[in-house]
Amino acid sequence: MTLGPGLRALQVGLRLLVLAIIGFILLPSVVVSIAAFSDRAILTFPPTGFSWRWFEKALTYEDFQQGVRNGAIVMLLASSIALVIGTGAAMAIDRYRFRGRALLQAMLLSPLVVPHFTVGLGFLILAAQIGMARTYTLVVACHVVLVLPFVLRSVTVSLRNLDGRLEQAAASLGASPRRVLFTVTLPLLAPGLAGGWLFAAILSFNEFTASLFVTAQRTQTLPVAMYNYVREYADPSMAALSAIYIAVTALLLVLANRFLGLGRILGVEHGR
Amino acid sequence: MAAEPRPALQVDGVTRRFGAVTALADAWLKVPPGEFLTLLGPSGCGKSTLLNLIAGFLEPDQGEIFIDGALVTEVPVWQRGIGMVFQNYALFPHMTVAKNVAYGLAARRVPREEAARRVAEALALVKLTGMEERKPRQLSGGQQQRVALARALVIRPKLLLLDEPFSALDRNLRGAMQVELREIQRSLGIATVFVTHDQGEALSMSDRVAVMSEGRIRQVGTPEAIYRRPADRFVAEFVGDVNRLPARLVAVEGETALVECGACRLSVPAAPLAAAAAGTAVDLFLRPEQIRTAPPGTPGLTEAVVAARAFHGDHADLHCDAPGMAQRLLLRVPGHAAEGPGARLALLPDPSADAVAFPISG
Ligand SMILES: Nc1ncnc2c1ncn2[C@@H]1O[C@H](COP(=O)(O)OP(=O)(O)OP(=O)(O)O)[C@@H](O)[C@H]1O
Ligand SMILES: [Mg+2]
Repeated sequence: MTLGPGLRALQVGLRLLVLAIIGFILLPSVVVSIAAFSDRAILTFPPTGFSWRWFEKALTYEDFQQGVRNGAIVMLLASSIALVIGTGAAMAIDRYRFRGRALLQAMLLSPLVVPHFTVGLGFLILAAQIGMARTYTLVVACHVVLVLPFVLRSVTVSLRNLDGRLEQAAASLGASPRRVLFTVTLPLLAPGLAGGWLFAAILSFNEFTASLFVTAQRTQTLPVAMYNYVREYADPSMAALSAIYIAVTALLLVLANRFLGLGRILGVEHGR
Repeated sequence: MAAEPRPALQVDGVTRRFGAVTALADAWLKVPPGEFLTLLGPSGCGKSTLLNLIAGFLEPDQGEIFIDGALVTEVPVWQRGIGMVFQNYALFPHMTVAKNVAYGLAARRVPREEAARRVAEALALVKLTGMEERKPRQLSGGQQQRVALARALVIRPKLLLLDEPFSALDRNLRGAMQVELREIQRSLGIATVFVTHDQGEALSMSDRVAVMSEGRIRQVGTPEAIYRRPADRFVAEFVGDVNRLPARLVAVEGETALVECGACRLSVPAAPLAAAAAGTAVDLFLRPEQIRTAPPGTPGLTEAVVAARAFHGDHADLHCDAPGMAQRLLLRVPGHAAEGPGARLALLPDPSADAVAFPISG
């Protein structure tokens, strides 16, 4: 098929637009990643020389190491707890008609609308009110609330795609409701559960605004540690850390896509 | 009186409503051991509702259900000891064929070796030996349906339930599966309730057929009885092709009634006409193969003109226009018969015809 010159120009224009959008989205990451290789003690772009020293500093800096450990603990606990609560809630909302069902759904999704700032501040005030110190428990509780909507969404999408007749077939074959849950429902939901967990984990690990309120020196997560660092220093170790962050997150997403199918996790694709 | 064998299934006055819709109204059924019973009816008549009530996926608003003599109305699905085959097969996509078939045995905690032996037997029964390690998506529709059947049979259910199991298969495969299912069912002697909206399937496979419409069981009987002595107008029109002719009730004498159509008098079962008075107009129903042709002028049911002829090998269908009748008449004549479009005919009832008549707007 031959295209008129007008159509061809439109096609080229569209392609350029797509490239421009991709470039625009990637630009900050690229700038930061390049700046990380600077050999001077001040953030500049473009860098004047090349070195790995800021990566070295970022990886060995005590507060950052502590931040990664704290972040990992909070991430594992918060996303796992959110997975259990979110799965239960998603099933209840999907399967049963009960009083307050719509309200429950709205509540569980509300952290998507409420600023993290508000959630963090709320937890801080509550903790002070009941005389609770800024412990891991507080941080984890706060993160559970923040990541719950993502787990809920992911599990709900998987549940919608689950054929109810499979569960009926299992029951007709003599499987108790418990057995149906563990041998049919959960295995078929597994990709959705894993995807929801992964997103929750990434969100939790990256969360800054609410964490700033609910963490203490001893429990601060990596983003908070980074914030405290830039308030005092302006060297490229921040950029180096960011580059590592980007690389690790991208790797996780690539793996998730490879084994789980990203479209399914994000809920943009339905069924097989 | 000899004791009746305990029925494999008994449905006693079961009613089920969905909001304002009565999906099933006062259904009564008894299925003796080993019988193949078909629920036949148009879409939305309540077939699946009745089957799901028997299986336990739905609870009745009224009535009781017994399986193998035991009251199961309140018993959950998984304790009813049934085998069920679904229209879309409903195979577990994350399990192999062998695991699918073994599922019910695992749920019953059958020892591993015995389970393996029974799975192999069941797969041999449905001719799928060698497919054990495949996943369902690697099978054709017909093969998937066989796995579903093996999975339902391996647990030796007291009752086999099938909801339109063959409707997703193409015609040739469907015919083969019908024969195969019937052979397997007969060899195992398992009481079976089969749902279909295909009257050909129902007539060819069943020991007995229950014809349903609008939530009611209209008639239960052998395929032959359903076809030859339909209990009401709906059954007559839904099962097989039929012609409706205007007639007049002459007299009722015991079991039979006499009706007059054109120059012919025919005897029909009296029961459906019990409420009609002599002389009233009735509708006479005759099957296409129960009408003979004769040269025009012969006194008969009516005169007609052939409008179209469809050749089917051993027989031909003649679509005829008759004066005063809105609907075309359908005649089934031998394939070598010569009548073609435009031919004038007189129509006579076959002497052995099983005619039936119903009051108008009955
Ligand atoms: N879960 C339900 N909620 C509301 N109405 C229902 C439900 N299930 C069935 N019905 C209604 O009950 C009636 C009977 O439905 P049923 O599924 O038993 O019909 P069917 O004979 O199996 O039809 P088909 O041949 O289309 O499968 C229909 O009017 C249907 O709309
Ligand atoms: Mg149905």
